[in-house]
Amino acid sequence: MCTLEKRGNIFLLTLTGDNEHRFHPDAIATILSLLGQAKSQANRGSVLITTGHGKFFSNGFDLAWAQSSGSLAGAAERLHQMVESFKPVVAALLDLPMPTIAALNGHAAAAGLMLALSHDYVYMRRDRGVLYMSEVDIGLSMPDYFAAMIRSKIGTSAARREVLLSGKKIRGEEAVALGIVDSAAHDSAEGVVEATVGLAEKLAAKKWKGDVYASIRKSLYPELCEILGLKATIFATPKL
Amino acid sequence: MCTLEKRGQLFLLKLTGNGEHRLNPTLLDNLRSAITQIRSDPSSSRSLLITTSDGKFFSNGYDLALAESDPSLRVVMDSKLRSLVADLISLPMPTIAAVTGHASAAGFVLAMSHDYVLMRRDRGFLYMSELDIELVIPAWFVAVIRMKIGSPAARRDVMLTAEKVTAERGLEMGIVDSSYGSAAETIEAAIKLGEEIVRRGVDGYVYGRMRETLLKQVLHTIGSNESASNRMRNSGSKL
Repeated sequence: MCTLEKRGNIFLLTLTGDNEHRFHPDAIATILSLLGQAKSQANRGSVLITTGHGKFFSNGFDLAWAQSSGSLAGAAERLHQMVESFKPVVAALLDLPMPTIAALNGHAAAAGLMLALSHDYVYMRRDRGVLYMSEVDIGLSMPDYFAAMIRSKIGTSAARREVLLSGKKIRGEEAVALGIVDSAAHDSAEGVVEATVGLAEKLAAKKWKGDVYASIRKSLYPELCEILGLKATIFATPKL
Repeated sequence: MCTLEKRGQLFLLKLTGNGEHRLNPTLLDNLRSAITQIRSDPSSSRSLLITTSDGKFFSNGYDLALAESDPSLRVVMDSKLRSLVADLISLPMPTIAAVTGHASAAGFVLAMSHDYVLMRRDRGFLYMSELDIELVIPAWFVAVIRMKIGSPAARRDVMLTAEKVTAERGLEMGIVDSSYGSAAETIEAAIKLGEEIVRRGVDGYVYGRMRETLLKQVLHTIGSNESASNRMRNSGSKL
């Protein structure tokens, strides 16, 4: 369901299979484990790119699995389990000692959009794929760390309203205009991945020290780190 | 190290000499004395401060070489700059930074601690250098950045790519208010803007209190005792 490859400096995390890449607890555990692997192999100049196969980057939590529990209480419990177990994935990305880039091959909805936003840079397709916070449409409430992510990464109140409250399916051009993604310039998944590889190589060439990078990243998002229990602390000796 | 002049109702504070204007304890003390002088001037509530510099640099940040020789000075410089910035935030008059040279790290923060940033566009950049020199960015620097730079993407570009921000990019990001063709033009524009503002006749005490209220979060972070692990510390490893 998910693979990690290394291509030179670049760690490529791929959500595999032509399906919705729903976050079932097993998928969440796999992603977390692969991020741990990337972290342990990190070097100066490492960069992570996360992408997917098919029409979806990810359509969020596995709600069908939640509903298959057979009872309302059971469904709520399973949903809660996914919400809680996904938090460490977001934390792991914020903590990762290397720049991170999401290359959206397709739709990113709810927790899938959260996964995308957990990266330092987000590129999406211009021609296909939408960003969609579905919660308001399906009557789910918003986990606190989702809202904190939106507040941290999306700057204007109009953009936040469009994302969270309008139930809008936001396409590439509009996503760039709203400041949600960094680029929507390519008309294919391959084009997006190629562009993110280009960005990754530029970032890799800086050969930044990973733990310093992660620490500065965390200090950019104090509210989110507080909710996730992440501390932005390291000792650092300046390179004079 | 710095000079203070009065031209009509404008105070002109200048970091002097052709050096990097590193914010070492002595310069920081001199700057604070100048601010104290300004504050105690009887006409201060109808005045305005313009801060500028000679040479290629506005300020290239803390004196890291000095801190290397005496690590206790890191804390001293950090503490003195906190006080200086808090002073600027509570200053009972509008403030303009006329950035005529590079402003890096603590120097960038000093520039951003002014209400208006005017910058030359022919040369020079604003640069949060920490990532490139393997330093973390103190939480109170981040508080200033968050206050003065609105867009999450711009904050990321400044802090997480250590972008060398030209005046043009600074305008896009909203860090710089206006840009000019040379150092002289920048200072001239700052004086012109200063005179315009002063002509409006705002009560400096009211202005200063309003600014404090607006920047309350920044003042809170400046005043708070960061845990020791958030400060710059010599880990003991050799460079």
